[in-house]
Amino acid sequence: MTPAEHTTPEQLRHDAEEAATGFPALMAAADQLAATISLGAHGRRRSGPGDEFWQYRIAGAGDSLRDIDWRRSARADADFVRQMEWQNLQAVHLWIDRSAAMGYRGQDSLPTKGERARILGLATAILLAKGGESVGLMEDPNPPKHGRGQITKMAMRLAATGGKTEYGVPPGKDMGRGNRALLISDFLGDWDHVLAALSRAADQRVQGCLVQVLDPSEESFPFDGRTIFQSMGESISFETRRARALRDDYLARLAERKDQLDSLARRTGWMYLCHHTDQPAQAALMWIYNAIAGPSR
Amino acid sequence: MIGIGSLGFLAPWLLLGLLALPVLWWLLRAVPPAPLRRQFPAVTLLLGLEDRETTPDRTPWWLLLLRMGAVAAAILAFAQPVLNPSDRIAGRAPLLIVLDGSWASAQSWTARQDKLDEILQFATQDGRSVAVINASDRPRGENPLSFDSADSWRGRIKGEQPRAWEPDYSVWMEAIAAADPFETLWLSDGLEREGRAELFDVLSGKGTVTVVQSDREVLALRGINIEGSALGTTALRLGTGDGNREPRTVSLLAEGPDPAGITRSLAQGEGAFGAGQSETTASVDLPSELRNRVRRVALEGVRSAGAVVLTDDSIQRRKVALIGGGTEQEGAVLVSPLHFLRKALVPTADVIEAGLADSLQATPDVLILADVAELGAAETQEVLDWVEEGGLLVRFAGPRLAASGIGQSEEHPLLPVRLRAGGRTVGGAMSWGAPKALEEFAEGSPFFGLEIPDDVLVESQVMAQPDPNLAERVLASLQDGTPLVTAKDQGEGRVILFHVTANAEWSSLPLSGLFVQLLERLAISARTTDLNSTALEGTVWVPEQVLDGFGVLRDAPALAGVEGAQLATREFSAEMPPGVYKSADQRVALNVLAPDRQLEPARWPAGTPFLSMTRTEERPLQALLLMAALILLCIDILATLIVGGRLRLRGATAAAMLLAVWPQADALAQNAAQDDAALLMAANNTVLAYVETGDTRLDDISRAGLLGLSTELFRRTSVEPVEPVGVNLETDELALYPFLYWPVTDTVRMPSEAAFEKVNAFLRGGGLILFDTRDSNIGRGISGGTPNGKMLQNLARNLDIPALEPVPEDHVLTRAFYLLQDFPGRYGDANVWVEAAPPDAEQVEGMPFRNLNDGVTPVVIGGNDWASAWAVTETGRFAYPVGRGVAGERQREIAIRFGVNLIMHVLTGNYKSDQVHVPALLDRLGQ
Repeated sequence: MTPAEHTTPEQLRHDAEEAATGFPALMAAADQLAATISLGAHGRRRSGPGDEFWQYRIAGAGDSLRDIDWRRSARADADFVRQMEWQNLQAVHLWIDRSAAMGYRGQDSLPTKGERARILGLATAILLAKGGESVGLMEDPNPPKHGRGQITKMAMRLAATGGKTEYGVPPGKDMGRGNRALLISDFLGDWDHVLAALSRAADQRVQGCLVQVLDPSEESFPFDGRTIFQSMGESISFETRRARALRDDYLARLAERKDQLDSLARRTGWMYLCHHTDQPAQAALMWIYNAIAGPSR
Repeated sequence: MIGIGSLGFLAPWLLLGLLALPVLWWLLRAVPPAPLRRQFPAVTLLLGLEDRETTPDRTPWWLLLLRMGAVAAAILAFAQPVLNPSDRIAGRAPLLIVLDGSWASAQSWTARQDKLDEILQFATQDGRSVAVINASDRPRGENPLSFDSADSWRGRIKGEQPRAWEPDYSVWMEAIAAADPFETLWLSDGLEREGRAELFDVLSGKGTVTVVQSDREVLALRGINIEGSALGTTALRLGTGDGNREPRTVSLLAEGPDPAGITRSLAQGEGAFGAGQSETTASVDLPSELRNRVRRVALEGVRSAGAVVLTDDSIQRRKVALIGGGTEQEGAVLVSPLHFLRKALVPTADVIEAGLADSLQATPDVLILADVAELGAAETQEVLDWVEEGGLLVRFAGPRLAASGIGQSEEHPLLPVRLRAGGRTVGGAMSWGAPKALEEFAEGSPFFGLEIPDDVLVESQVMAQPDPNLAERVLASLQDGTPLVTAKDQGEGRVILFHVTANAEWSSLPLSGLFVQLLERLAISARTTDLNSTALEGTVWVPEQVLDGFGVLRDAPALAGVEGAQLATREFSAEMPPGVYKSADQRVALNVLAPDRQLEPARWPAGTPFLSMTRTEERPLQALLLMAALILLCIDILATLIVGGRLRLRGATAAAMLLAVWPQADALAQNAAQDDAALLMAANNTVLAYVETGDTRLDDISRAGLLGLSTELFRRTSVEPVEPVGVNLETDELALYPFLYWPVTDTVRMPSEAAFEKVNAFLRGGGLILFDTRDSNIGRGISGGTPNGKMLQNLARNLDIPALEPVPEDHVLTRAFYLLQDFPGRYGDANVWVEAAPPDAEQVEGMPFRNLNDGVTPVVIGGNDWASAWAVTETGRFAYPVGRGVAGERQREIAIRFGVNLIMHVLTGNYKSDQVHVPALLDRLGQ
């Protein structure tokens, strides 16, 4: 949905309003979720640029005169430089699958996979932003930024209607070496695409985590009878005469897919979580936050 | 219509549709259930999987069966099946329905009416024209057979009643013979009677005759007589259906007025039919006082005029005291003055022969003095008193009377006329002239119409003085005009004098049958002869009470009198129904069955078609089957969904469906459980209750008030009530609550009768109700004409409320816990009313209190709005202001104290009114 598509101001305004309807709710939900986790500052345990005092060091050659802490130096013969703790800011790239497949839910009482993914993603972003990290969406060509403004922008982008594609694939983006990535999807699309995208990310020495969001019905396959299964965009369909008979095969394939994701993550030093929409989002958020913002391994 | 057993089909050709079922089976089998489209993102994982099972390709057999069942039910339904189709007479020709609407039909009249209605219903359906005649009536008008639409007859026939008599077929012959051809349906009463065969011939000449006859046994009673001390009658029966006569017993009821004049059953008797017996005797044994009151003897449980016999004078046995003059000589029986009287009276009357004093003790109806001259002064007075109270004194002359000179100079109170000295003798050896015969009885005389035998001759008599009033006192005279029987009214009673002797000495009258008839007419002896035209000649009888077809005795409507001769024919009609007829002093009962009547089953020519009398209850099954088809289809929908995987039956869904089906049952169960809990709560604790008025605000105030009072009670006393409850007078059990607060408002509906009964039971059971009109600020308490006050009066009208008085100073309510004299609530100054002290309550000297009513007053009535004064909010603060400042606080405190006293009074009753407490109370009162 590019601005060029909006031919008239009315339609532009309509689309904008439509896009914005979900935004406050998403922001509120994400804020609420993020508020359940209290942050601590995560210093790097070494001197560097930062706000917190780290140590006084005897000034040596190369230290700028203005770095000298005169108050400390006055108490001794040597000159001291006041060093602050290095507070390294990381950039975290998020990809939250908004494809058609994420719009699925097995029961009306549960959120769709996409909703859960967005809330998890945005809540993580909020937490990270609070921690001073810069965050950004992978669709966003701009580099990650920090601050509340970036969160708002992300939320707006996320609240907009998802793409029309059946299954999402992480976009290729130069994420910058050493940065972190968070990919949230159901990873039910073509495995090759998933593999390629993850490989590309791993090639950039980006570490991160894969969060697979699944609906409970996808996990249990509670269907029976003569059924035509269709993808959300109805482009793929599969007919069975007795759905129940397929259950075991299906479950085996699902387990295989999970296993592939897990092993892929292990190989590349990533972390993998399978989250179901009937589980509380908070636990998943905790896990994600620890996985991303925790000390690098 | 085609029938299978008791099942018939009105549109049987539709059953051919059942043949299509196998085709349907094959078709349905071939069409598998449509697949279900389901969006499922993980379909990618499914791609390439093989179906290992492919079974539900075809419809499962049970589902097929279900559908077949539904279709079959629908086909059957449209074939219009009918359970118990009734046999009906078909045809289009005009239909004549002949009813034997006699007393014998009355026993099965409802069944007959139903059957008739059914026949007419079918005739309506067939579009036949119908004429209905009741053969017991007489043909009316020019055209007694009026053929009309069956529907219009249905309305007319509803009020048809059986007659108390039997049909006379001969009167109908002509009208029927003149009519155009028709078919006949004869609702027969099953009794053979004259003319039936002839009428049948005439009817069958017009078209087919179908007969409907009841299978029920016809029972009847014939005649009544006195056997010893019992009333005897003959019970007749016509056996059931095919003349089968099982042994059975019948019970007789003798009915008549009790001393209060209310008709009730006086005695019961039994009779038994042996096997095959169609006639038996039955009797009711009862004392003569009761027997004389019997008006009607009926077979118990048989509603028919034939099963009723009415009584008349023939069973009225009067008590007659006979007093003869002089001493009876042994051996001279025939010349005894009493012999002929005895002979005439003993069979029909209770004869008392004792001394005069003893006889009068027995309160006889009639006192006969045969040739008794002078009674003693005391005896005269006694007899006179008895006559004036309604006794009938009959005197016969004789030598002693003639010789005594009594009543010659002036009229004796116990003689109707003055007598001339001596008397006369005619036709004797020493006299000229022949013995005199009797003159014809004049019209107006009670003897009018009696035939005088030629051989009744009078030779001697006492003569009456020709006083001015003699003529009107003469009942009978001789041919030469000399009075033979004279009478006068004396007080309520009557004095009659026969101027001859009661033996054959002076006349041959006592030797003739006329003597008995005379006594009969004077209602001294009961009539023994049967009705016959000669005896009834010249009399006019007015119906007093008549029987309807069901044997109910009703006061005669304005029916004209009947000639005696016609009465004797016993030809009953609407003008002369069976019943009790009256002429002068005589009552005669015309019973339904003639004395020689036998019951014979009707004989029908062989080959006559019969219909059963029992109305066959047709049950159309179409709606039932359609419902079944619908239900099956509904089940099919569910089953299809389940088979197709569209519906997963899980616990919640199943429960939801069940709930949808049986919501009431569930709700009821829930209510019951709640009720039980509430009852247990009330039973295990002290609970103050208020009456729910339906006005939410008012109920909230009541609740808050009682909550406040309960709290105060808990705080101040050892009464520890739990949360107060509201009670619904209509539905809740009141017995568990000791105390009810009833705020009266004019906006609510009056409770129902049942609720009032419950409240009354509550009051009687020792409960106390505090009525609060809550309006003493505008009217002066309950006596004021405020709307609430009026409502209270309306309520109280239905309640067991005793006499009231304002709380007296020494009422136990004033000292049950606190010592109080005022009972303010939110308003302060109106009187509070309690049950009035008994009038004999007196203050014992030295005691401060009267020993007042022993019990607890069942009601306390006032208008001070106590609940508002007691009311507390959730947080325990008082909800409504009372008064202002310190005075207001004081008023609230007194209001609470009143509440405490009241509950103490409820729970401890009159404990505090016991004089034991007097010293302590005196101490507290500072006396």
